[in-house]
Amino acid sequence: MSESASNPMRDALQSAISDNPVILFMKGTPDAPACGFSARTVAMLESLDQPFAAVNILPDPAIRQELSGLSSWPTIPQLFVDGELVGGCDIITEMFESGELQELLGIEVALSTAGEGPVSVSADEPAPLTIENLL
Amino acid sequence: MAVSPEELKQRIEAGIPGTSAEVSGDGAHFEASVAGPAFKGLSRIAQHKLIYDVFGAEIGDRIHALSIKVTALEAR
Repeated sequence: MSESASNPMRDALQSAISDNPVILFMKGTPDAPACGFSARTVAMLESLDQPFAAVNILPDPAIRQELSGLSSWPTIPQLFVDGELVGGCDIITEMFESGELQELLGIEVALSTAGEGPVSVSADEPAPLTIENLL
Repeated sequence: MAVSPEELKQRIEAGIPGTSAEVSGDGAHFEASVAGPAFKGLSRIAQHKLIYDVFGAEIGDRIHALSIKVTALEAR
């Protein structure tokens, strides 16, 4: 804690990271990502029905500058869980594909390890949601 | 000054001893597949930081985007 005394931007970022269990710093917004890497990361989180806070770093260059100073991570997006940097798009993708991300977020996953779980959907059950072709 | 995949490959291999790298890219966006014993036992974050540290402030600037895949090898 040898940072200079007053750095409101860094303080605000630190508070956001502390206050939100899952927070994504990205380019653009979840509804309108401004970069392919941010878009992919949002898509993975949304596919898990995981609520997350999102911060658009684009409006002020100081956000990115201070964020990278804080995290020692040069690129965007950056995902924090429980105050810890988990990674950028590459790491999140690897963890998503391996199930580690789901585990970290406390999401039950029906991986092949579940031998007895009633999670798998058998083919003769009706799908919970049907989409009618209205064309 | 354009960045070439070959330059990134050479700098990663020079910067992290014992490492071999495959890099492809279009001059702005690059993908690096990097393998070596230096990554053994490190978290993913720490593995990627080793590679980012080779380039410092060039990441996000001169090197617009660098996608990284790391393979940790047993030390020989």
